[in-house]
Amino acid sequence: MSVDLEQFKEMFYEESSENLEAMESGLLELSEGGTDLDVVNTIFRSAHSIKGGSATFGFTSVAGFTHVMEGLLDEMREGKREAEAKIIDILLESVDVLRAMLGSHQEGEEPDDERANILKSQLVAIRDGGVSSSSGSESQAQAADSSSEVSGGTCQGWNIQFSPHEDLLQTGNDPALMIRELGVLGTLSLEMDDSRLPSLDAMDPELAYLQWNMTLKSGEDGNVPNQDAIEEIFEWVEDECDLTLEAIEEKRKSPDRRADERRQNDRRQGSRRGGEAGAKKTTQAAASIRVGTERIDAMMDLVGELVITQSMLSQLGEDFDMSQMERLRDGLTQLERNSRELQESMMRMRMQPVSFAFNRFPRMVHDIGQKLGKQIRLEMVGEDTEMDKTVMEKLNDPLVHLVRNSMDHGLEPPEERIDAGKDPEGYVRLRAFHQGGSIVVEISDDGRGLSREKILGKAIEKGVVTEKDAELWSDEQVFNLLFDAGFSTAEKLSDLSGRGVGLDVVRRNIESLGGRVDVASKFGEGSSFSIRLPLTLAVLDGQLFRLAGQTFVLPLVSIIESLQIRKELVGGVGSNAEVYRLRDQYIPIIRPASILDCSDKHESLDGGLLVVVEWDNRHVGLLVDELLGQQQVVIKSLETNYQKVPAISGATILGDGKVSLIIDLAGLFELSGLMNDRAFRIAA
Amino acid sequence: MAKIMIVDDMASMRKMVSFTLESVGHEVMQADDGDVALGIAQENTFDLVITDVNMPNMDGITLTKELRSIPSFKFTPILLLTTESAKDKKMSGKAAGATGWLVKPFDPDKLLATIKRVLG
Repeated sequence: MSVDLEQFKEMFYEESSENLEAMESGLLELSEGGTDLDVVNTIFRSAHSIKGGSATFGFTSVAGFTHVMEGLLDEMREGKREAEAKIIDILLESVDVLRAMLGSHQEGEEPDDERANILKSQLVAIRDGGVSSSSGSESQAQAADSSSEVSGGTCQGWNIQFSPHEDLLQTGNDPALMIRELGVLGTLSLEMDDSRLPSLDAMDPELAYLQWNMTLKSGEDGNVPNQDAIEEIFEWVEDECDLTLEAIEEKRKSPDRRADERRQNDRRQGSRRGGEAGAKKTTQAAASIRVGTERIDAMMDLVGELVITQSMLSQLGEDFDMSQMERLRDGLTQLERNSRELQESMMRMRMQPVSFAFNRFPRMVHDIGQKLGKQIRLEMVGEDTEMDKTVMEKLNDPLVHLVRNSMDHGLEPPEERIDAGKDPEGYVRLRAFHQGGSIVVEISDDGRGLSREKILGKAIEKGVVTEKDAELWSDEQVFNLLFDAGFSTAEKLSDLSGRGVGLDVVRRNIESLGGRVDVASKFGEGSSFSIRLPLTLAVLDGQLFRLAGQTFVLPLVSIIESLQIRKELVGGVGSNAEVYRLRDQYIPIIRPASILDCSDKHESLDGGLLVVVEWDNRHVGLLVDELLGQQQVVIKSLETNYQKVPAISGATILGDGKVSLIIDLAGLFELSGLMNDRAFRIAA
Repeated sequence: MAKIMIVDDMASMRKMVSFTLESVGHEVMQADDGDVALGIAQENTFDLVITDVNMPNMDGITLTKELRSIPSFKFTPILLLTTESAKDKKMSGKAAGATGWLVKPFDPDKLLATIKRVLG
């Protein structure tokens, strides 16, 4: 019978990546001078688990590699070896190599063993050069090829003397079972020796008194039992019995034992080959999520309540008359509450602590700090704050970018810090917290901060702002220029301001998630970037509005204000671009109806409704027919159900069953041709 | 068929062992560390316990020692599931009262053969 373990691979990969994380954070703790034995134990255990699992799935190179790591860790655990920085660095590198190797296996590819082999020999060198050398690998190798050569083919059988010690039963072993096993190997004849058996009144039933003399000869198949097989039966009780094993030799040639061994080997290899073929079957990793059982239980409860409400309502519907109106209303209220709770509970399942995203940073800060020659302390606050798994995955790159930015450009080298009267060790702080329906992640440092003058100087030089206007700009507006594509990719900027390349990408990524990023800074004291994101991508707080008889949804978060157009404030720039004077600022007017082709009549602006939205750091007015309510809408992808539509990010189904399209501001602006129009940057 | 408890902190290993055992009709209970296992042992009896050695909270060897002090576990076979080929681990396991050991890599056929050997 063969048991297919393929289905457990995915679970193993998932656990391994958790184990690798545990190893990594443990090693980092050690590198900071921690000597906690628990930490070493955890690292050891993680390596050990990976080794066990990978051996099971036939990932021999991974198993071999972890074996060597484990040997070294074991010595540390036993206190035979100090956790020197050099060893820790190699172990950290080993974690990376393991991650890559397991990653290849997961993708169904053979891992590249080159780096692993180099590291492995380094590990071996440390181990052998050290105080002690645990020779785990050798003893295993010995065990592997100890198919003992038994006195050259003349062995006919075995004389076995088996005398259990009195305490043999205490470990759950049973002589009768061992003898039965022997009987399976061949033809067994035995003689029981009860000479140690005391009289009944003196006998302790928990002790073993009997002994056996046995002769084991070839069984029906004519094969003489193998010494290994016999020893294996007594392997567990080696120290709890006296055992002698004597070969019975005769001159006659025995049946060809070697052929038999060969056959056995073939069979072994055959089954392994089968396993490998099986491994090829499913290589695609399925995205999965781990959910605590209590969350599933809570959801189960809610589903239970929903079923009760449903049956109550259907009972009511069977013979309904107006006198039961009250009950119907109650029932519907209950249904509404049930579905809202169910929705919330479903969301909670997708929530994961932000520590999943933060976890990579201790290592990154450690490595990069060393490389840059800066002393950097990483502080993490609010790691338990939960956010949607998808949002978190997409947040990863922007986070890495901002943290790197802080380390590269924000924090000064130790000497410079001392000169400035600061602690030579700077910090980068990651902080996550909930605020309203959003999650905020802050990346702050106590570095040199942003210089308003230098950024403005650059902005004036680039013609983004005139010298006169520049004075009116708030610090926030100035710093936000860094996120501007045309601005931040400017090569020199990264030198003079310390912030630079690619911040526009960060902002674009975050805005595509429906979030926003801001920066605050004080020159000489540090900077702080804060990312604000919706808790989930599946649900959106929307403003419903009507346009040419259809209902559309606008993300509430991007709306600044809504107002009724006063004719005297409408102006024109050039021939057809319309602008509106909003207090002391001119904003362009976009007519979504004509952009989206749902109406071609050119309505007069007077008395119309203008929704002022902010996107990509600019304010724009959208002309709409009518504003409806605000509500949470569940986003359905148009792309998967229909096709990609420009300026529409998705659709939702409204309470009355009608489909409503959700406006994608980025797309809308692109279609309107405003994207590259620099005239409408927010200015004062 | 026998009633068996498997103790391992690594869920994939635990699931593989129980899957294998259940596929031949054994009844299996799972525990993810020694502490949990000991709790289960207070209220259940088993024909066999299979435990990992390296686990957080309570390791397999301590678990073995603790189990042996529970009267109903005095003679219950306890197998250590471990990659340790090192003799001293096995010996300390034996000293704690373990019946024997299963050496990883985990091989379903080998597991079933060994189980047959302990359960008869």
